[in-house]
Amino acid sequence: MRIAIASGKGGTGKTTLAVNLALYAAQTSNALLMDLDVEEPNSSLFVKGDLISETPAYRMAPVWDKPACLLCGECASICMFNAILKLGDMIMVLPELCHTCHACSELCPVGALPMQQRPLGIMRLFRKDALLFLESKLEIGVEQAAPLIKQSLDYVNNELPATDYQFIDCPPGTSCSMIHATKTADYVILVTEPTPFGLHDLRLAVETMRQLDKPIGVVVNRIGIGNEDVFTYCREEGIEVIGTIINSREFAELYSRAELMFTYNEVFRHTLDEILRRIRGIR
Amino acid sequence: MKEIVVISGKGGTGKTSLSASLSYVAANEVVMADCDVDAADLHLILKPENQYSEDFYSGFKAEINPEYCQSCGACFSVCRFEAILRKDDRYEVKYLDCEGCGYCQHVCLAEAINLREQKVGLCHIADARFGCKLVHAELGIGADNSGKLVAKVKRDANRVAKENSKDYILVDGSPGIGCPVISSLSGAAYAVLVTEPSLSGLEDLKRVWELSARFRIACGCVINKADVNPEITAMIKDILVEKDIELLSEIPYDEDFPRAITKGLCLMELDQAKWEPYIKQIWEKIR
Repeated sequence: MRIAIASGKGGTGKTTLAVNLALYAAQTSNALLMDLDVEEPNSSLFVKGDLISETPAYRMAPVWDKPACLLCGECASICMFNAILKLGDMIMVLPELCHTCHACSELCPVGALPMQQRPLGIMRLFRKDALLFLESKLEIGVEQAAPLIKQSLDYVNNELPATDYQFIDCPPGTSCSMIHATKTADYVILVTEPTPFGLHDLRLAVETMRQLDKPIGVVVNRIGIGNEDVFTYCREEGIEVIGTIINSREFAELYSRAELMFTYNEVFRHTLDEILRRIRGIR
Repeated sequence: MKEIVVISGKGGTGKTSLSASLSYVAANEVVMADCDVDAADLHLILKPENQYSEDFYSGFKAEINPEYCQSCGACFSVCRFEAILRKDDRYEVKYLDCEGCGYCQHVCLAEAINLREQKVGLCHIADARFGCKLVHAELGIGADNSGKLVAKVKRDANRVAKENSKDYILVDGSPGIGCPVISSLSGAAYAVLVTEPSLSGLEDLKRVWELSARFRIACGCVINKADVNPEITAMIKDILVEKDIELLSEIPYDEDFPRAITKGLCLMELDQAKWEPYIKQIWEKIR
């Protein structure tokens, strides 16, 4: 059972919900948490697990083999991403624009563009009691997050033992990295807040998940601010609100110190129980 | 012309609320650009009237014409994105997975594959409520060209600023450190890093500063919700000194932020007496 925790708007409480759900579920089941918000991963601050392994992630990009090159310029005309330029008698590769399609390298008549590894990021595996936790962190300056997200999912599928629950802390937004982080999930929890910003970005996230044909539930965080419009929207759209979290300075302070809310707050434990029951129901 | 980018690394720290309030105090001098293209919210406060809208095309998707397809499977075997689906002996393109690299088209001997340019968004030039211009955009669902759309929004904002003799472009950026953020930083003169005193906020601040430093962009920092954790606020200030980042303002935790958003107002409109000192101070330091 793979559950993605996502949102359109940033800072609505994805990480809070993901770490609390995963560690709470791990008290009674085997669970795995993946932090795939690779640009700014923060779950590790909350999990505080023991490091088991570190796996560097690479992506492939072409390099120019000058002596082999005939300067035909085929590579530059093939590349749809402007990652290869022919400037006079030299070929220039812009690896940050490369999508690793391999077309230039494999279609080069003389093999003058071999593919070479470039740093992409790092995957760290931790254990905290019955929870396995994978954190994937993008190298600063790398533009594309999606390849690291894909590699992390492959790593989990191929290298790690099966668990009862797999939770994914997703990147915000609705663009390609959010799609890659959610597209293998059996269920997606969209976290929002009851403000016009929260509602506007929730709509986008809901439309995105409908395109992917994902079953969704909504958790509304910071109840007490804003208005009722998020609830009206969910009711009209037939989307279940599977949990609510009250706005409180206490929670903001616990979050600031990267502490777990469920260990301090009984009401929040009930919320997590309800969410887990709902998740089990869709199996 | 000076381009100022408001970013944060971490989401939900108050970028858009501050950008909207800055546009209120600097309305005569700025053109606003909403570059958080996959969750653009600035228009909910600025309530722009679009004067000019344009489809934005970028990138391609492959299409297989079943009439010509010989089912040889060459496309399937070269695609690195698992974007070609085999159905019995037929092949189809999985739209959301295709990155438009065109490798399949090059190896299709039956010439059954076309690449179609994609409309990935809409770009608007608008008159905003406070009297300034706003350039904003809507990115289509799941589009992977957010960096290019950000570049387009900034290009248009630059043109509008020249045409209207405005000295500043204020860019509301997106969270993270990936392609849209890199694109919004390129060409900028100054970055406003909005953070909050949480361990997450601190980590994200360091990463977004490191990215800005690679572009050699001068940075200032706004610490929002500063009193939620005074200890971490002190740690942030140490980092600002160490990295030579200007402290622009410390703003206490205040539910005026969600209150203003809910009313569709900026902080200045909600309570000018309270917010003017903060917002004016920030604007004077960054202009």
